[in-house]
Amino acid sequence: MSNIIELKNVNKWFDKFQVLKDINLTVKQKEKIVVCGPSGSGKSTLIRCVNRLEEHQEGQIVVDGNEISENTKNIENTRAEVGMVFQQFNLFPHLSILDNCTLAPIWVRKLPKKKAEEVAMANLKRVQIDDQALKFPGQLSGGQQQRAAIARALCMEPKIMLFDEPTSALDPEMIKEVLDVMVDLAKGGMTMIVVTHEMGFAKEVADNMIFMDEGRIVEKAKTKDFFDNPKSDRTKLFLSQIL
Amino acid sequence: MNNFRILKPNKENLNLFISLGVFFVIFSFVDILVNTFLNFNITGAFPGLISYFSPLLIGGFGLHLIRIEYSGNKYLDKVNKNLNSSNFNAFLSLIIIFILIKYVPPILNWFFFDADFAGSTKQDCTSGGACWVFVKVWIKRFMYGMYPDTEQWRINIAFLILFLSIGLIFALPQKFKKYIILYLLFIYPIIALNLISGGIFGLKWIETGAWGGLSLTLIVSAFALIFCFPVGMFLAMGRRSELPAIKYCSIGFIELWRGVPLITVLFMSAVMFPMFLPDGTFMDKLMRVIIAITLFEAAYMAEVIRGGLQALPRGQYDAAKSLGMGYWRLHFLVILPQALKLVIPGIANTFLALVKDTPLIFVVGLLELAGMIGLAKTNPKWLGMAAEGYVFAGLVFWIICYSMSRYSQNLEKKLSTER
Repeated sequence: MSNIIELKNVNKWFDKFQVLKDINLTVKQKEKIVVCGPSGSGKSTLIRCVNRLEEHQEGQIVVDGNEISENTKNIENTRAEVGMVFQQFNLFPHLSILDNCTLAPIWVRKLPKKKAEEVAMANLKRVQIDDQALKFPGQLSGGQQQRAAIARALCMEPKIMLFDEPTSALDPEMIKEVLDVMVDLAKGGMTMIVVTHEMGFAKEVADNMIFMDEGRIVEKAKTKDFFDNPKSDRTKLFLSQIL
Repeated sequence: MNNFRILKPNKENLNLFISLGVFFVIFSFVDILVNTFLNFNITGAFPGLISYFSPLLIGGFGLHLIRIEYSGNKYLDKVNKNLNSSNFNAFLSLIIIFILIKYVPPILNWFFFDADFAGSTKQDCTSGGACWVFVKVWIKRFMYGMYPDTEQWRINIAFLILFLSIGLIFALPQKFKKYIILYLLFIYPIIALNLISGGIFGLKWIETGAWGGLSLTLIVSAFALIFCFPVGMFLAMGRRSELPAIKYCSIGFIELWRGVPLITVLFMSAVMFPMFLPDGTFMDKLMRVIIAITLFEAAYMAEVIRGGLQALPRGQYDAAKSLGMGYWRLHFLVILPQALKLVIPGIANTFLALVKDTPLIFVVGLLELAGMIGLAKTNPKWLGMAAEGYVFAGLVFWIICYSMSRYSQNLEKKLSTER
C-alpha cells in the first residue's frame, strides 16, 4: 500500500526552542499509528504539523501527494482531506450539533444542504448521538461533545484522521464511549494518527507505536514488539510508569 | 441594668420595640412631608443643624429599634433585609427616600402639573412651569429643519417605508428575512435619498442644507451606523492580519481617527477636504459629514470588535482550519458570529455614542434636532426657552437610545446558546 503521509527530516522551533528534531515518519494508507510520550515531547506539535496548524521550518512533509510548506497554495484543500479531533473538542458553540456537522461540507465541499444533512445524520448515528442533533454543544456532556466533534470531522469524508489527546479532557466514565467510537472507526479502515495515553486502546487498534521524547522519535515499533520488548531505556521507563 | 436591656431590641419585648420604632419612623416621614408640602418645620424649635437633620436622626433611631432578626413578621423581616440591614444601610435608605420625596414632586410640577400646553405664543405661558407651547409651535422645525412645509410628506413617506420594512422583518418567516435586510441595506437608502432630496420624477430638488431636525439626526445616524459596522469589522480583521502592509495600515488608520476629536474631523471634512478635490468636482456637505462620522466611529467599532476576536480561544481557529476553511470562510462562518455576539454590549455602546455625537454637525452648519433647538431658542419671540428645548431634545435622544439599548439586550438573549 502507498504512503499517504511522509515526513522527512522535519525540524521545528518555537523561537529558539526546538520542539521537533529530525522527524522521519511514513504512514501507509489504512495504517493506525499511536503516538505516546511524556508531556512536552512534541507529540501534539507533530500531528499539528501534518495539517499545518503548525509550520515546520526544515524538512519535507507530504500529505496525500501534496507537499505542504509555506509555498503551498490552497493548504485548505489538503486540510479538507485530513480530519482532526482536539483535546478540547472545539465544537462551534454558536451552532447546533447538526449545523456543526454540515457547515464545512456545505461551504467547503459545496454539498447541497439536504445532502449535507443526510451525511451529517448518518455520521451522528454512527457515533450514537443522532438524538442530540438539534442541541447546542453547551447542552451536551463532554463525551457527547467529543463524539460530535468526531462526527463533524467525518462529515468531510477525510482520508486521514488525526486525534490530539481526544480523551484527556474527559471524565473517566466518558472515555470509554469515545474510545468505542474510535475503535469502530479504526475497524472501518480509516488511516489514523492518535496521540493518546490510553494504552489499552493502543494495544487494541494500533499497527505501529511511536514513542517520543524531547522532540525526537525515540522508538517506532510494531505494537506487540513495543509493549513486549521495548528497545530503548527511555521507553521502558515510560511504559513502566504508565502501565 | 434593666435600662440597658430596653435599648437592645430582641424578641421578648418585640411589640414594644416595633411600636416605638414605627412611631419614630413615621414621625420622621411626617416631618419631611410637612416640610416639603406645607412649608412648616415641626422640629423648628431645635437649633438649625439638628433641625435640618432631625428626620434622618429620628428615622434612623426608629429603624434601629425595629431591626430584630427573625421577628416572625414577614413584612418586618423583608424591610429589615432590604432597607435596614445595618445602621449605615438604614441611613442610606432614608437619605434616598427623603431625597426622592423632596425633589421629585417639584420636577414633576415643572414638567407636567404646572406646565403650559395650550396657546401659540410665549405670552400664553403664565403658570410658571415648563412652556411646552414652545415645542408645540416649533415642532415642525424640530422634526424637519428648514425642509419646506409642503414637501414634508416625502420625509414622512421615507420613514414610513423604513418602519414598515423593519416591521416586515419581524413578521415574515426566516427565509425572507435576509432579502428584506439586503433591500434595507442597499436598495432602501437609494429610494429614501432620492425621495428626500428629490430632483427626479418631478419631485422638487431640496438641497441638503435645508434638511434638519430629528429627520436629519436619523438620516445621519442611520447611514453612519450602517457603514461604520462593516468598515470597523474589516479594520479589526486588518489589524490582526499577518500581512504587514494591511496590519500597519489598519493600525495607523485606527489610531489616527481615535486620536482626533470628532469636532475637528467634522470641521476638516467641511473646510479642508474640498481643497484636496480636483477643480470642478463637488461633494455634498452632508455626504462629507456622514463619511467623516462613519470613519470616526468605525475606528472605535474596530477596537470593540477586535476585543471580541481576541476573546475567542485558539481552538476555534484550529477547528475551522482543520475543516478546510480558508481565511474568509473561517472568519465569516465561525469566528465573527461568535466574536460579534460577545461584543454586542460594546457595539451598542458605540452606536449610542454615535447617535449622541450627531449634534456636533452644527459646526459645519447642519442643524439636526439639538441644533434646531439651539436656533429656535435665540428667536427674539422665544427667548428663555432653552430649558424646555433641551429637555425635549434630551427626552427624544433618550427614547431613541433606550430603545436601541433594549434591542441590543434582546438580541443578546436571543443569540445566547449557553445552557
